[in-house]
Amino acid sequence: MKKYTLAVLVENKSGVLAKVAGLFSKRGYNIDNLAVGVTEDPEISRMTIVVQGDDQVLEQVTKQFNKIVDVIKVSDIEEDDTVERELALIKVTADVTTRAEIIQIANIFRARIVDVARNSITVEVTGDESKIQAIEKLLRQFGIKEMARTGKIALVRGPKKV
Amino acid sequence: MTIGSPEKVTGARALIKGLEEEDVTTMFGYPGAALLHIYDELYDSDLRHVLVRHEQAAVHAADGYARVTGKTGVCMATSGPGATNLVTGIATAYMDSIPIVALTGQVPHSIIGNDSFQEADITGITLPITKHRYLVPEAKDLPRIVKEAFHIASTGRQGPVLIDMPKDVINGEFEYHSIETVKLQGYKPTYRGNAQQIKKAAEEIAKSTNPIIYAGGGVISSNASAELAELAETLMAPVTTTLMGIGSIPTEHPLNLGMLGMHGSKYANYSVQGSDLIIAVGARFDDRVTGKLQSFAPNAKVIHIDIDPAEISKNVPAHIPIVGDAKIVLKSLIKHVKQCNSETWLEKINEWKREYPLTYEQGKFIKPQFVIEQISEACSNAIIVTEVGQHQMWAAQFFKYKEPRTFITSGGLGTMGYGFPAAIGAKVGRPDKTVINIAGDGSFQMNSRELATAVQNDIPVVSVILNNGYLGMVRQWQELFYDRRYSHTCIKGSVDFVKLAEAYGALGLRVEKPSEVRPAIKEAIASGRPSVIDITIECEENVSPMVPAGAAINEFIGPEGNK
Repeated sequence: MKKYTLAVLVENKSGVLAKVAGLFSKRGYNIDNLAVGVTEDPEISRMTIVVQGDDQVLEQVTKQFNKIVDVIKVSDIEEDDTVERELALIKVTADVTTRAEIIQIANIFRARIVDVARNSITVEVTGDESKIQAIEKLLRQFGIKEMARTGKIALVRGPKKV
Repeated sequence: MTIGSPEKVTGARALIKGLEEEDVTTMFGYPGAALLHIYDELYDSDLRHVLVRHEQAAVHAADGYARVTGKTGVCMATSGPGATNLVTGIATAYMDSIPIVALTGQVPHSIIGNDSFQEADITGITLPITKHRYLVPEAKDLPRIVKEAFHIASTGRQGPVLIDMPKDVINGEFEYHSIETVKLQGYKPTYRGNAQQIKKAAEEIAKSTNPIIYAGGGVISSNASAELAELAETLMAPVTTTLMGIGSIPTEHPLNLGMLGMHGSKYANYSVQGSDLIIAVGARFDDRVTGKLQSFAPNAKVIHIDIDPAEISKNVPAHIPIVGDAKIVLKSLIKHVKQCNSETWLEKINEWKREYPLTYEQGKFIKPQFVIEQISEACSNAIIVTEVGQHQMWAAQFFKYKEPRTFITSGGLGTMGYGFPAAIGAKVGRPDKTVINIAGDGSFQMNSRELATAVQNDIPVVSVILNNGYLGMVRQWQELFYDRRYSHTCIKGSVDFVKLAEAYGALGLRVEKPSEVRPAIKEAIASGRPSVIDITIECEENVSPMVPAGAAINEFIGPEGNK
């Protein structure tokens, strides 16, 4: 099983996300990750989808996407040189004895402290999947109360557009 | 109103205008609270509306109408249960790629999502079974949406499109404007095949000694029958068709091998298995066609011509894919090919034809195959519509079809109850033609109340019931694979079909002897009335040949056994 990253441009209309999700359940594909947001054109949204499977699955997913009337373009950017980012908010248990160490870890990862309370610290971290996994692993020893992660978003490097 | 200023209309009026602009002349439907404004508009309209007795019949009738005319069928149902009653018919049309626009009423926007009376999320429910669907935001969007819906339904790979209209949209007023063009960024079907690919295909064809053309419903929807015959005759290549492809080439054409697959002729299946090149046109390698994929046509290269790129290499890998419209692609392919060196191959196929003809034995009771042959002889130009089951396969095997759009059947979804309402739609679409619904006693009971529709609207469809007292196809599987344990498949004597027909004011005829078959068919057609012929047939007759599910398509079972 391989992972593929797809950049999908869709019409910014209600129901498109449901159709995309429905496609995965109908055809029995595994979706790893999905992030969606509006593009530079307010009428167009961009979905970044990570899908697992073999080449045949990728081919079918791409073709089935293209059949959706509201889908404008599907690009497989797995092989391209890309900038990829995810964002995570991690709320860590913290007290006087651990707070300094947590802040130190956050600094090493160029993460930001976005909220501090008597018993917790919330860290905001951006990066690729491995970086987020790494900081998560390090913060786990203090006790992670809650975590929220966006899906991966990606752009191809250089002037090329999808 | 001054000249030139736009006319103020309701959503209901705009819908009717939109339908008229799409050249819709006929629709099938059933009213309800959400649709009152639209039905009020229909009261003065020239549009023909056929009132059915259940919404399922409206969508099947629109589907039958679309299949015989090639136009987009239109059906309408109210919100909630009306809309959900369309679901089976929409799925039927989706699986067979039939152009339909289904109109549904919806509760007003202000109470959508409140579990309101007669509310159903029909755009959500039909998401996986429609080509596209709309929940109309405002009345002023209706003209554009109607235009887009017809465009999407009837172009590319055709299919059903649903328009869900909340009551405030139907009743709301706005200044009407005609829509001239459709602008859909994400929808651009490919019609012209890639020239390089067509050349490659021609090169592969030139090398082939054992070619076979495998034609599906796509040939019929793109009106490519003449091109199909021309290609076959130019190459001297045999043609086998799917169930959906029946009629794309005449049954009696010397190069036609009939249907392939689970109940295909032995010679068709042997030919596919022995071929070195399959030219697939508008067909999708369904499991009922291929049987066990790993053993399917082991020595064949595959040229796959289809308008839907997603069908290419979905089930069987294509060596040379050509995405495009069957008619356009075949036209250009024909220019690049000449006769194959297929003489020995055709001789071999003729040997198989002689050795394993499609046949049956006469017995004490009426044989269903005999009935189909009688219909074929008595009205060779009829449109044949079927329900689903054994009778469907016999109708596919034993009627001699002459032209496309004369064999109307639910292929992909296999919807029992499809035939009778579809036959009503077919007769409305082609009043000049005799329309015969070949049915089983099980299937016919699923939508038999539509006799009321046929009688009230004076639609003279003839239903021929091959009555064996069983849900025959399931019984056949129970006989073969479940040790003859006929669990819940015996329906003998459940209804007197003659009296049923008469109760609705239709003509009912009973046939119990072979000699009565032909006169009954003639009488029913001559009556000019909706008719039901109840024919008692041999009750445990099986459809043969048969390949069991999951086996290779040359591994036949049954009394005649394998070769």
